[in-house]
Amino acid sequence: MSSNTSRRRWPLLLPPLLWQLTFFLLPLLFLFVISFWSVVNFRLEPDMTLKNWDFMLSRSSFWSAYGHTWALALGAAVVTTCCSFPAACSLAFTVSERTRKLALMFLVVPFFTSYLVRVYSWQAFLSDNGIVNALLSLVGLDGLPMLNSDFGSLVGYVTLALPLVTLVQTMGLAQIDRNLIEAAHNLRAGPVRTLFEVIMPLAKPSLVVGALFAFILAFGDFVAPTYLGGGAPPTLSNLIIDTTKSGQQWPRAAVVAIVMILTLVVTSLAAVRLAYGRRK
Amino acid sequence: MMLRLGRWFGWAYTGYTFLFILAPIAASLVFSFNADRFPSLPLKGFTTEWYGGTFTDPLVIEAFQRSVMVSIPVALLSTILGFCAAYCDFRFDFRGKSLFSLLMLLPPTIPAVIMGLGMLSYLSRISLAGEVWAVLISHVVIALPFAMAMIRLRLAQMDSALEEASWNLRASPAQTLWYVVLPFCKQSLVAAFLITAAVSFDEFAVAWFVSGLNETVPVRVLVFLQGQVSPVINAIGTAVFTSSIFLVAIGMAFSGMGKAKRAAADSPAQPAAGALVSNNGLSL
Repeated sequence: MSSNTSRRRWPLLLPPLLWQLTFFLLPLLFLFVISFWSVVNFRLEPDMTLKNWDFMLSRSSFWSAYGHTWALALGAAVVTTCCSFPAACSLAFTVSERTRKLALMFLVVPFFTSYLVRVYSWQAFLSDNGIVNALLSLVGLDGLPMLNSDFGSLVGYVTLALPLVTLVQTMGLAQIDRNLIEAAHNLRAGPVRTLFEVIMPLAKPSLVVGALFAFILAFGDFVAPTYLGGGAPPTLSNLIIDTTKSGQQWPRAAVVAIVMILTLVVTSLAAVRLAYGRRK
Repeated sequence: MMLRLGRWFGWAYTGYTFLFILAPIAASLVFSFNADRFPSLPLKGFTTEWYGGTFTDPLVIEAFQRSVMVSIPVALLSTILGFCAAYCDFRFDFRGKSLFSLLMLLPPTIPAVIMGLGMLSYLSRISLAGEVWAVLISHVVIALPFAMAMIRLRLAQMDSALEEASWNLRASPAQTLWYVVLPFCKQSLVAAFLITAAVSFDEFAVAWFVSGLNETVPVRVLVFLQGQVSPVINAIGTAVFTSSIFLVAIGMAFSGMGKAKRAAADSPAQPAAGALVSNNGLSL
């Protein structure tokens, strides 16, 4: 039986394995390899040089882009988590199952509209003569500059991540044993205390995983910082695009990409540890 | 009293959250019929000019044809490869299995810009960059995990006695796969096909890197966006939204989510929705 099992699994195992190795893992490894290559007369030449790494990592503009991207992604994770938590609580605890299912379906809807189109649409809301400022002037308030700022980028990131984060949080919260909340109530814990000492610790994995999703999405996105954030100062993804599209400097762009991947891996491992680590 | 107040506040807040999520979609729909070139209030008047302009623009028509031409083979390949991966994960135990599953599921978490650069440099090495093939290959890599996740969920519902009974009746493993497992997964296969087609139809970043002159619809939208204010974006967006909602509705109907709802307490409809979600959430 055992030898039979091992023989017959290859026809099924090999095609997806070979495909992902050839077209997913190899391209990423190749990025690492070309980060040591050089560009001669606009052509890529195999080489073994550290000058691309040296070039990128010694520039203050790279590190300011790095810091800016980190700050924006962290901001997106915090803002998205805080914005979606009340909604997720409401959906998980106060509405009927039927309403919750309907709400969850509405949360899925945005994934079938182009993110590009939604970002373009936000321009109409946030521009100086846009919808938000028109509404503000109706109630007699001054217009606010919103487009082409970090605020604009954050609006885009939240647009991208909020539905997913709300879904993750709602599912996490809905799995909490109601008896524990009842017990807290019977033991005379107020709503605030119940929230912070019963619900949030139990929902920690979904809160952290949701925040991680928001972080990853924001960290790699180039659409919001370009079309809502104004493109300056650049983020790492802007840097990759500029370096790739102008001047064929793929090895330098590869350096940025490798740094981004390493950052995401370290952040994800830390977040997973935080989410599922032993509670003290 | 306090509690009830809190509850009302929660509902109002949730309403605002949904308003935030749906506002850009609704605005795009409204402005796609607005006579003014610039999307601002008050609206100028009703027009279908932008739709007319869109569907007579040869670049858009070509992009649309190319998107369809790419998304169908992408969906087919992703569904087949996704089924193989899901079945291996479900049925077999082998060394490195968790690594295998990780490799299958990882692509959507890699930022599209990095995937794009990796694909561009790698595929140009094997003389494929700038070809439609490059878009097809990259989209299968991105879409396969969604197919695998959906089919894996369905396999988890299968009673393993079904396969054992088939083997006991002297069916070969291949016959069992063909006559027992595949029919059991039929709905999820159709659903995976439609979802992966939608993923391919919406993906713009990697396609933008590798497509060269062979633009797909979202790449065309990106080019419009880089140009200037263009209500054509709203028209394309609304048209694509309508058709992908249509595809997804069919997909959901096939995936048997309606039936699953009636099943056990912990409805599989929810993880299925989760799988749908990661969809563009991560690639777009």
